[in-house]
Amino acid sequence: MGELENKELFKSGHTACAGCGVAVGLRHIMKAIGEDCVIVNATGCVEIFTTAYPKSAWAVPYIHCVFENSAPVAAGVVEALRVQGNDHTKVVVISGDGASYDIGFGHLSGMMERGHDVLYISYDNEAYMNTGVQRSGATPWKAYTTTSQVGSVRKGKQQFKKPLTEIAAAHGIPYAATSTSAHYTDLQQKVKKALSIKGPKFLNVLMTCVPGWGTKPALSMQYLKDAVDAHVWPVYEIENGFLKLNMKPEKKPVETYIKGQKRFKHLNEQDVKEIQELVDEKWDRLLWKEKVDQERKAELEGHSGE
Amino acid sequence: MKPANGKPGKSMDNKTGSWRTERPVVDRDRCIKCGQCQLNCPDGCIFVTEEGAKPNYDYCKGCGICAQVCPVKCIKMETEEK
Repeated sequence: MGELENKELFKSGHTACAGCGVAVGLRHIMKAIGEDCVIVNATGCVEIFTTAYPKSAWAVPYIHCVFENSAPVAAGVVEALRVQGNDHTKVVVISGDGASYDIGFGHLSGMMERGHDVLYISYDNEAYMNTGVQRSGATPWKAYTTTSQVGSVRKGKQQFKKPLTEIAAAHGIPYAATSTSAHYTDLQQKVKKALSIKGPKFLNVLMTCVPGWGTKPALSMQYLKDAVDAHVWPVYEIENGFLKLNMKPEKKPVETYIKGQKRFKHLNEQDVKEIQELVDEKWDRLLWKEKVDQERKAELEGHSGE
Repeated sequence: MKPANGKPGKSMDNKTGSWRTERPVVDRDRCIKCGQCQLNCPDGCIFVTEEGAKPNYDYCKGCGICAQVCPVKCIKMETEEK
């Protein structure tokens, strides 16, 4: 075993699919967090592929809890540590989109409202992949899953994706942000920045799923880059309520992202056009919101400087 | 009572390399040691050494991300033969 492998806190030998986007993201997240942490993980892909007893892929303290309560468990852990006088150990939740958007949503909201010093990372692969691709609140509009079938009446999911990052920011927490596992510099910087802030923090990270999205394993990182370039997954951070877009890539058409994904293969030209309109509308809204927020921020800073 | 055996990092016992159908082969003469393969590997099994990128075939599942992200395309995926 080489020296570099020894430094990894997320070890090889886990049983994720070949080309898993989540495993790439976890390596970066663990690098940014460091050794002094407790990881709380709800049921999901990550639990299954990292902790087949007794072979854990984690080289740090780790707790698995049921689907809905990763946020309260983390809150308990952090409060217990602080009572003992430990003010340095970071408590980080790593839970999937099913646990964050749907099942654990109320508990996540409660944790943020009570203001515990926890970083909540939602790894968003846009469906319940671990149980065989069922739709979740994170599944995009018109995407195929086993519970949003394509037929003559309905084609894929009929509802829009839940805007969880905005919902988290609306709790008035100090830091909420989005990232992807392919943009490792951005992801590691955001994890480090979030951990330097006291209070509840929320990070929503898009990660590919090879069987769920129906993509080639080798292209896992390419699809994430395309998602950002096509403005499908805007990368931004909301710090103390002020939104800032971290990446403003020149827009690629949404087809570049959709093409080759089996969950979108039923889409016709009209569907793609409708998705493009939705993406454009959301992007324009974000640009407008960033402008308003940054102007307001400058205004407030100007006042305090006088 | 014997303590539980779930030691940290024990997953290293799983040699997931047996899953592989294609293996990444690095042309070290062309490798520029940029580290893109190391950064994008889901299994943490390709590392940049002084001689260039070096895959660890004990764990490599052969997904091909390293070959795809390599900026100089010095990694080739070759069919695994018994």
